[in-house]
Amino acid sequence: MGAYVIRRTLAAILLLFVVSAITFAIFFLVPRLAGESSSQLAAQYVGRDPSPEALAAVKKNLGFDQPLYTQYWQFIHGIFAGRTFHYGPDASHCAVPCFGYSFKTHLPVWPQITQRLPVTLSLAFGAAVIWVFTGVTIGVISALKRGSIFDRLSMGIALAGVSLPIFFTALVSLSLFSYKWAIFPNLHYVPLTQDPVAWAKNLVLPWVTLAFLYSALYARLTRAGMLETMAEDYIRTARAKGLNERVVVVRHGLRAALTPIVTIFGLDLGLLLGGAVLTETAFSLPGVGQYAVQAINENDLPKIMAVTTLAAFFIVIANLLVDILYVVLDPRVRYS
Amino acid sequence: MPGSTKRVRRRTGGRRGKTAAIIAVAATGALVMTSCGSSGGSSTSSGAGPSGSSAKAEFNAGNKGIVNESDHAGGTVTYQLSSTPDSMDPGNTYYAFMWDFSRLYTRALTTFQPAPGQDGLKLVPDLASGLGAPSDGGRTWTYHIRPDLKYSDGTPITTADVKYAVERSNFAPEALSNGPTYFHQYLQDNTPAYQGPYKDKTGGLNSIETPDATTIVFHLNQPFADFDYLVSSPETAPVPQAKDNGSDYVKNVVASGSYMFASYQDGVGASLVKNPNWNPASDPIRKQYPDRINVQFNIAQTTVDNNLIAGNATMDLAGAGMAAATQATVLGNPQQKAHVDDAVSGALAYVAMSTNVAPLDNVHCRQAVEYAIDKQSVQTATGGPIRGEIASTILPTSVSGYTPYNAYPTTDNKGANSPDGLQKAKDQLAQCGHPDGFSTNLSARSDRPNEVAIAQAVQASLKQVGINVNIQQYPSGKYFTDNAGAPAFVHANDLGLMMMAWAPDWPTGYGFLEQILDGNAIKASGNSNLSELNDPNVNQMLAAAISNTDNAARTAAWGDIDKAAMQQAPLVPLLYRLDPLYRPDAATNVFVTPAYGMYDYLLVGTK
Repeated sequence: MGAYVIRRTLAAILLLFVVSAITFAIFFLVPRLAGESSSQLAAQYVGRDPSPEALAAVKKNLGFDQPLYTQYWQFIHGIFAGRTFHYGPDASHCAVPCFGYSFKTHLPVWPQITQRLPVTLSLAFGAAVIWVFTGVTIGVISALKRGSIFDRLSMGIALAGVSLPIFFTALVSLSLFSYKWAIFPNLHYVPLTQDPVAWAKNLVLPWVTLAFLYSALYARLTRAGMLETMAEDYIRTARAKGLNERVVVVRHGLRAALTPIVTIFGLDLGLLLGGAVLTETAFSLPGVGQYAVQAINENDLPKIMAVTTLAAFFIVIANLLVDILYVVLDPRVRYS
Repeated sequence: MPGSTKRVRRRTGGRRGKTAAIIAVAATGALVMTSCGSSGGSSTSSGAGPSGSSAKAEFNAGNKGIVNESDHAGGTVTYQLSSTPDSMDPGNTYYAFMWDFSRLYTRALTTFQPAPGQDGLKLVPDLASGLGAPSDGGRTWTYHIRPDLKYSDGTPITTADVKYAVERSNFAPEALSNGPTYFHQYLQDNTPAYQGPYKDKTGGLNSIETPDATTIVFHLNQPFADFDYLVSSPETAPVPQAKDNGSDYVKNVVASGSYMFASYQDGVGASLVKNPNWNPASDPIRKQYPDRINVQFNIAQTTVDNNLIAGNATMDLAGAGMAAATQATVLGNPQQKAHVDDAVSGALAYVAMSTNVAPLDNVHCRQAVEYAIDKQSVQTATGGPIRGEIASTILPTSVSGYTPYNAYPTTDNKGANSPDGLQKAKDQLAQCGHPDGFSTNLSARSDRPNEVAIAQAVQASLKQVGINVNIQQYPSGKYFTDNAGAPAFVHANDLGLMMMAWAPDWPTGYGFLEQILDGNAIKASGNSNLSELNDPNVNQMLAAAISNTDNAARTAAWGDIDKAAMQQAPLVPLLYRLDPLYRPDAATNVFVTPAYGMYDYLLVGTK
């Protein structure tokens, strides 16, 4: 088990390097291959009508006058060892992990992300609790009451949840509950540490909207898994041995049916932690996803690099945790 | 100006990107499904507010007078923005809304009088005790600042801080690259060239003198009669050198205005509170009405609009108009429409015609285009009269020197879709040697659907006279650096026609015309004189007018230059742009300032 974790961790680190290299190449190499000069790149980050001196200064400061491999090395080196920049009267040190300075604002990227991370974590974990609880519960009941009105109704709603795009459900919920009835007026993020009640009140609508999509998906997955598992021979054996039905369903049925759910949960949560782009944009939440949208709109490469690397990090870590959880969930799984 | 604050402001709208576009489309459905109520009409009260007449809350009331005029103090005013500003550092911003808003926490040497209508175009001294005193034929300008001014931290404000602010904002692109650099362009430089305060620790720019703590003298490299306008930029707002840490200064701006920062978070927002060291006796134009001013960034535009309607926000900081979905809903509801002011943005939408791309290098071919374009169809394509008034001059109506005239009239402005327009266009085509028309390319910014829609209307008009237009779309981020603003690209790709929108940095003829008509302003990249007009007469008229310190004569000259340029037909004026703004019930002292083409933020309060 220990060797497995070490092996997976090393593979994860390698994967992150590959992701960073590919992202770097997409944003820094491809424009050059398309014939864009370093001056043209720099011109995007200086006010309109710059003097040649201003252009040269920006080009030098952003590192566009360096070979690409040097720029990539500086980026990687900065993450592990920090870097020094000159964006003011004195040289400023960008501490580890240094993802560089924004080309637009000339402010360090990593502190901006760490400021936004609590927003994304609040959104993702809050929604995850709701969707796992409701999705799995509805899925189990639907499977146990197959063909009932509850089953048909819940699966119908689940189909709607999966089908409706989140930006649509977000806007409808905002229109109804924030503007028309003003139950949640003027939604804005309040830090948990500042006011837990306001934190929760401002996140209820985004949580429910996001969870509506995922719980629908999880309900359908759980139902399918439970139907398959409950038809297995060992379930019949368990019942024949006289076990309580609740024990049969929860310990023998649900536990086995949860394995694929946990797999997809890891991926979903990892993706969300890298930024719930549509939800954060629709609800104007200042999280990592909104930051990513802003970075892309402004073509601010260090921001894009940092968010991409962070998103990849979360997905890789989530996958690693899921693999480890398999051992706990399914006694048949053993790693050597 | 090239980086035109308005241009940048509109680019903000364009940047909302695909996600926002999807959301906007979805919002249409959502808004149709749910009607968003408003709390009815607003009342007007009297009090000591800005200079101007009070106005009843009705459609366009804020264009004519002050709505909800009140001296009520207290409460929180909330500004929301669908994007982020380029910077809240007064020395590092080029957005019109930031020039407007920054006056709450900074004081430039001069500013625009807070008043509705044409009074809002009047320059008044702000940090300075009077307007500038020109000498040496307009090459030297002297200002005296008011006595006993203090920053929010209680330290005294001196003219050395104004000099430092100009130096850091104009000579240090390695740290502050967003703002315009007019001072760099017009001030005499050192020998060797000054490297800015962060690199050159030995001394400042010699052409700015501060003989004492309240006097500042600017030495220019040419006569420049609009200098009072130039110093209205937030780049002359004082910055204490001891507190300046380059690009990080935005996190800790030291206030000279009536409000100061309580907090700032990049990309998220800011909060301002009353500045205890601001002295009302030193400031005839500011008040301290709200207790707190909150600014929230990255709020979806439809959310901003709905928050204004629901009373959850006070102002849309961008001041660029409502989202299309909200606009349709609001204008269809008489109660909500009464809260709308269709603000003159100060920008002109036009088609530039290259004087160096055949056959448009022939003035008669250009004049054929002038006669052929149906401006009514252009207006319809951009959203109707609410989004733009049909234009016939280069200078927009809100710019000093605007003189109404029409060099290329057609019946009802319908161009080739009217019998006389069709005939005149054909006559010009015959004179240019292409009686059956010709083919050319028209560029437009792909991420500006409005501009593409106008281009398609232009294309349809010109087809009527046999001019076949092929629309070429380019991203706005590179439109000026690599495409329409790069003459070599224009020539190589036969861009005979180019879509363009332009607004001035300051509302005078020079501020508007110089960069788009002066042959000396043509650049290899970042060019704004898209037509590459290089007419010696126009160049000379511009140079003569800006040297003339007689205001009346100078103002009259801008109108003459407009007419002289239009004889050469370098561009087809299409629309004077309008932005429908929503004014909530609770907002007090609301009026549109023509200086920035949006609400004046200086005195906005809440009931």
